[in-house]
Amino acid sequence: MQRILSRENVIRWAPLLVLVGLIILFTAINPAFFSQRNFARIAIAAAPALMVAIGVTFIIVMGSIDLSMEGTVGLTAVLFCFAFLATGGTLAAGAWVAVPLILVLGAIIGLVNGLVHVKLRIPSFMASLAIGFVGTGAAVLITGGDIVKINDDTFRALLTWRIAGFPLMVYVVAVLALLAWFIQSHTILGRNFYAVGGGEELAHASGLNVRRVRILGFVLAGVFYAVAGILQVAKLGQAESVSGANFMFISITSVVVGGVALWGGIGGIWNTVVGVLIVNVINNGMVVIGLPDYLQDGMLGLLVIVAVVLSTDRRSVSFVK
Amino acid sequence: MYQLKAVDKRFPGVHALKTVDFEISRGEIVGLVGENGAGKSTLMKVIYGAYQPDGGTIAIDGKSVRFQNPRQAMEKGIGMVFQEQSLIPNLTVMENIFLGYEQQFVRLGVINWKAMSDAAKKQLAKVKLDIDPATVTSALSFAQRQLVELAKVLTLEERIDGDLVILLDEPTSVLAEDEVKMLFTIVRDLTKRASFIFVSHRMDEVMELSDRIYVMKDGAVVDVVAHGAATVEQIQHKMVGRSVDREYYREQRQKPYDASMVLLEMDGISLPGRIKDISLKLHAGEVLCLVGTEGAGREAILRTIYGMRTPVSGTLKIKGNRITAFNPRAAVAAGVGYVPRERKVEGIVAGMTVYENMTLSQMGRYARAGVLNVAAEKTLARDWIARLSIKAHSEYADCGNLSGGNQQKVVLSKWRSGGSDIMLLDHPTRGLDIGAKEDVYEMIRDMSDDGIGVILVADTLEEAIGLSHNIIVLKDGVIQQRFECKPGAKPTLYDLLHYMI
Repeated sequence: MQRILSRENVIRWAPLLVLVGLIILFTAINPAFFSQRNFARIAIAAAPALMVAIGVTFIIVMGSIDLSMEGTVGLTAVLFCFAFLATGGTLAAGAWVAVPLILVLGAIIGLVNGLVHVKLRIPSFMASLAIGFVGTGAAVLITGGDIVKINDDTFRALLTWRIAGFPLMVYVVAVLALLAWFIQSHTILGRNFYAVGGGEELAHASGLNVRRVRILGFVLAGVFYAVAGILQVAKLGQAESVSGANFMFISITSVVVGGVALWGGIGGIWNTVVGVLIVNVINNGMVVIGLPDYLQDGMLGLLVIVAVVLSTDRRSVSFVK
Repeated sequence: MYQLKAVDKRFPGVHALKTVDFEISRGEIVGLVGENGAGKSTLMKVIYGAYQPDGGTIAIDGKSVRFQNPRQAMEKGIGMVFQEQSLIPNLTVMENIFLGYEQQFVRLGVINWKAMSDAAKKQLAKVKLDIDPATVTSALSFAQRQLVELAKVLTLEERIDGDLVILLDEPTSVLAEDEVKMLFTIVRDLTKRASFIFVSHRMDEVMELSDRIYVMKDGAVVDVVAHGAATVEQIQHKMVGRSVDREYYREQRQKPYDASMVLLEMDGISLPGRIKDISLKLHAGEVLCLVGTEGAGREAILRTIYGMRTPVSGTLKIKGNRITAFNPRAAVAAGVGYVPRERKVEGIVAGMTVYENMTLSQMGRYARAGVLNVAAEKTLARDWIARLSIKAHSEYADCGNLSGGNQQKVVLSKWRSGGSDIMLLDHPTRGLDIGAKEDVYEMIRDMSDDGIGVILVADTLEEAIGLSHNIIVLKDGVIQQRFECKPGAKPTLYDLLHYMI
């Protein structure tokens, strides 16, 4: 009865095996890949992307989709810089206030997103795509197309201060991923995401307030996007309206590659963590082995299709729209 | 012409068809009647090719045939007019009629709409429907759509040689009286072109239209009655005639309920088009059965109590408090539990574990400041797995992988562990095998002993009579009659049927 090679187990462990396989593959081609310095590089690249991907994971588990991340990350990054400069320009001078401020802003953007989706009954992909464009537009308006820089060494310590070779931001992200896992598996809200994604009618019939759960999901996602915005500033030392560029493709690719089902109810934070690592290992590995970078996007696109084929039981889905 | 011989069909735990013989001749209208679960729909599915029989033979004009799917059956002239209308509402009438058979109108990859329209007009004329074939289907009335479906099936006439057999599944359920008359005229007229198998709950219509009537019970054909050879009552007798085992429904465990303790009171509740002026009371320890045909308003009553529908008039009191906001959350908070008919859709979340399903409606009780106490949840699940002997390998088992009976137990323990004392059970034994059914009956008696009030919509009339303290018979959304069901003095099936139909 207990078959190790059952389909269920294969699906559960496939993403991790793919990750291990990729690491072995790239190391075999170029041993320089398997070095602490390179892993730190991968981790830094993955850190903001992981925050975005975790945010959207909650939404996808609910069976919805959120495409507002690029606008939200861009706007929060830009406004974080302005708030940081306005409140003193260094953490020591009181600019730390900008952090909670921007997290609240992320929550508000998510709230608007959720309210537009739920109250106006607009499909989530359309509502969030529109809010994302509004966010990017607002960021352009505020910056006037300029770049905003931050030169605070204490704040940049997120990138420059290293513990065991990895910068501080990697540890921050690890803690936040743990927090996300806790929300997912130990809170009512997390359980509700799965109930809504697994059977919305049933969740309703069990007395759950489905609309509220949906809105809260977008709020939570917004907070994680704001964290990504702040980390993006920490990483680059600057922000502009396009700071959020590329996050949509990277995050949704990661979530799907990690084995979270797009129709909801299946997968979770650990799938996303593995998915983000897979995507970043591939990006990094292709550079390390010397592939031209224009091949990378194409490879990633192929990878998504392969991952969906491998990691989901499509027989149980009667039709795919 | 079309003949089934000793056809057998089994599903896990159910013997759905027991050596059924069936035949229909050219131009004949054959009626098919039986209670829910008697095997009518299985028999129909075998006839139009959706199921393959496990034993027996199907023959057309003496030649043995075997259908892998409905399409193959259609090619042999067997067409089906579905009860749930199978027209695609956003396509035009002609597109629906020729859906999947557009090739005949295609020239160089382009559809010749004029030709399709003319061909559709010809089909529509067969059913005497004078509408523009380019009308979008959703703009038609139910009666018109029914006729379009019939026209669609009649396209078989041109496509195949040989005779047509057309199945009509509850074609009159959404029609008004004059529309039914019109449909019958058309069907009689069409017997020149095809034979018909007519399935309906409305006994008088079956008797009026059919040349012969097959009566089914428990997966077998118990009698074949010629037109005019039996009265409605005689046929009903054949449909339900079996001895009711009092032991089976745990009748000896039926105790008088506490008449002083009213849990729920409905007064003059109406929902337009569904129920009208419904008044009833539910007491602690009482099992109240709602009896009626499909669409008689049983489900609407349950859903109103559960807050999924808001009545336009009347009052609902739960434990003396008048309900003003109708939503499931308020109902759950007031102690109402709902076991829906569609277990897979509204009963359990497949993919979630047993313990997650059990606490789904009461997570607030297992959490502090939104953080769940998973250990307490698991303890609860282990406790109920043992109490109801749920067959699951552990509290981590995926509910989607449990058998129907065990899923039902999980749903019941979800509500009972949450302290619900008003239980709404909609077909709680549907699709369960006999052993699992008896478990459910046992649980219903347990609930009565604990002072829980149960409103039950039973799968069969025997079940309703066997389990209940009181029965309310509904027809077309109106209460027809109330029966008291004291052990030993229970009403008979015919008493109920008289008011149902």
